[in-house]
Amino acid sequence: MEALWFAIVAGMLAVYVVLDGFDFGAGFLHLHVARTDAERRSVLAAIGPVWDGNEVWLLAGGGALFMAFPAAYAIGFSGFYLPLMLLLWVIILRGLAIELRGHVSDPLWAAFWDATFALGSTLIAVVLGAALGNVVRGVPLDATGSFHIPLFDSFWPSARSGVLDAYTVLVGVFTLVALGGHGGLYLAMKTEGPVYGRSLRAARLLWLIAAGLFPLVTWATMEVAPELPVTASHRPLVWLLTALLVGAATTLAVGLLRGRPGLGFVGSAATLFTLLGTAAAARWPVLLRSSLGPALSLDAHAAATTQHGLRVALTWTLVGLPLACGYFVFLARLFRGKVRLEPHG
Amino acid sequence: MADALFWHRLHFGFTVTYHYLFPQLTMGLSFLILLFELKAYRSGSALHDEAARFWARIFGVNFAVGVVTGIPLEFQFGTNWARFSQFAGGVIGQTLAMEGMFAFFLESTFLGLFLYGGKRFGPRLHLLSAAALWAGSWLSGYFIIATNAFMQSPVGHAVGPDGHLHLADFWAFVLNPWAIWQYLHNMTASVVTASFVVAGVGAFWSLSGRHREHASLALRTGVIAGLVASCLMVFPTGDRHGKLLAEKQPATLAAMEGLFESSAGAELAIIGQPNVQQRKLENPIVVPGMLSFLVYGSFGSTVTGLDRIPRDQWPDNIELLYYAYHVMAGLGTLFIALMALSAIQLRRRRLEQTRPLLWALMLAMPFPYIATTAGWMTAELGRQPWLIYGLMRTADGTSPQVSAGNTLFTLIGFSGLYLVIGILFLYLVGRDILHGPGAGHPQVVPAAAGLAGEAG
Repeated sequence: MEALWFAIVAGMLAVYVVLDGFDFGAGFLHLHVARTDAERRSVLAAIGPVWDGNEVWLLAGGGALFMAFPAAYAIGFSGFYLPLMLLLWVIILRGLAIELRGHVSDPLWAAFWDATFALGSTLIAVVLGAALGNVVRGVPLDATGSFHIPLFDSFWPSARSGVLDAYTVLVGVFTLVALGGHGGLYLAMKTEGPVYGRSLRAARLLWLIAAGLFPLVTWATMEVAPELPVTASHRPLVWLLTALLVGAATTLAVGLLRGRPGLGFVGSAATLFTLLGTAAAARWPVLLRSSLGPALSLDAHAAATTQHGLRVALTWTLVGLPLACGYFVFLARLFRGKVRLEPHG
Repeated sequence: MADALFWHRLHFGFTVTYHYLFPQLTMGLSFLILLFELKAYRSGSALHDEAARFWARIFGVNFAVGVVTGIPLEFQFGTNWARFSQFAGGVIGQTLAMEGMFAFFLESTFLGLFLYGGKRFGPRLHLLSAAALWAGSWLSGYFIIATNAFMQSPVGHAVGPDGHLHLADFWAFVLNPWAIWQYLHNMTASVVTASFVVAGVGAFWSLSGRHREHASLALRTGVIAGLVASCLMVFPTGDRHGKLLAEKQPATLAAMEGLFESSAGAELAIIGQPNVQQRKLENPIVVPGMLSFLVYGSFGSTVTGLDRIPRDQWPDNIELLYYAYHVMAGLGTLFIALMALSAIQLRRRRLEQTRPLLWALMLAMPFPYIATTAGWMTAELGRQPWLIYGLMRTADGTSPQVSAGNTLFTLIGFSGLYLVIGILFLYLVGRDILHGPGAGHPQVVPAAAGLAGEAG
């Protein structure tokens, strides 16, 4: 039951990265791919109807984590107190930027919110990656079952390093590049004209850089968490996900090279999902890795609520999750096709 | 530096109070908008259609601020209240996770459709999305109230071998009687807020001679809905809630009524100041026997006073609790009076000529927000010193490794950010109200452009 909930929580958070990831990527590229007011409105129009729903996956995934593994939620969130609060402020400003930009038609108003949207999206993408880096590398979880971590300390990864060190920054940059490519494909799929061309070019370039960084990230991951490849190699699920990852990456490459953004977007979504899935499957059952020693890590069995609670929650999840996916498909079908702007005013 | 507990409490208190200024309007307003939409759909009334569109714009800004200020709340359970989350997550995690799964997905899907999809997707889908939004936001309210109800009056749980709370009976937990009455009381309050805002804006238009037809419609809708909801606040929802309080939290009832001595035929204090050190109510104006009657239905029944409650189980801020409760109850009474007078004038078709009453309606707009905030302060201060009533003290629920200084820092950060958001909000909503319903809005909403896209 713990394994199932580990998979559900990891899956929901991975869906969050795939979905909100494309609108972070769109924000990262916003100022570059869209130059005129009409172009920028078309970028916002492409993500406008869906970004809020995308963000709900974070809340729903976080809620599932809280319910299934209260200890991991409590220890993790309080340990990362300051970084999380800073992240919240950026999330708030970025959300306002998307919603409020259109309420006043004035060039200065628009320019301010455009910049806020772009900067906020970029920061969130990096921080999301750095957060993933922290989870992989581990935190100084001690015998009292809590940890305290500075923003940065020793920049070279060690038991002393803070939230930002060479490894987590590397993962942050990789995430920004990959989500930028992902968002570029989304925009190419949803727009026409100059925005389409620039988005597709940006997606090609960014995914090329991401492909270049990937071996480095993989090597660094094995350095900071040397037990991962050992556990991973014994798990059929990891092999299966890796095979799917190869297929997804191939689809992505074909989509990019042939200039078919729809195919590329499916490929990049699947690539991100299987990449995160592989990492999660290799990590099971550890939820919070302690950088002070494997015995101090918090695993899913220790962090979970009772079997009864997990079973009850599974019952309502089997009702709720299909409903949520149903809404999503409904909305995506309604808004399918390219964005076309009405004349200004 | 005061101790960390104080800042953690103020941190959550401030962020949740600020957040709730927005949902209390959107939940009630979604109901009134649905009424406008239904009328427009059935009778094809252009006036109602325009009114629905106007209020949808106000709804949209409120909803956006409600969403962004709501996200920090789910984080704060973990960041600031880690020991509480670890202790109770197995139970309250259920309702919080269900809120995401059943309410947030529904709301977020239909929000864009509802706000900007009218022209593009036709009236039926528009009506459907208004109904879905109403259902989603009221469902969301239930899950949050059920979570709070567990903290007020825990049921359906068991203590596990690790000392943490676990879910024992899902239905007992979700259908907590406290949750049901608090929910009805709270949702009625959100309709009160929305009605006062709709009536107040109508009064403003009427007084300033703008949008005559819309002013009449807003006044009519706001006054009728406001009268019904204000009455429901007192009876049955407030009444039943008070009786539950006497049963489950006698200490809270005694403190909020300023009842230091138990007595048969307990007096109801209308005005007075509690002096906690001397254990008495100063300069009181009271109604004899009334409290006993309200709680137990007979003027002679004995109501437990603070004297029968151990000192370490008294709420820790009796003065504020007492004032908050009296502000809520006092305003609630005034609301009924104001709406009853307005309804009489409305029925005589004299409301729009009664300028003093229109002024009163316009200036009354902020007061449901004050009453609702005071009501929640009553609930939350009354629960003290418990975080989960009888099970965990507030002092034992914080995150031990988050210091007072860090908490104060982020509290100041939130205050600054929320001040800016408040100014933006008032500017945008003020502009919309000044402009009023109808065409020619200076607004170009990005998502609206998205909806102009071609299908397929």
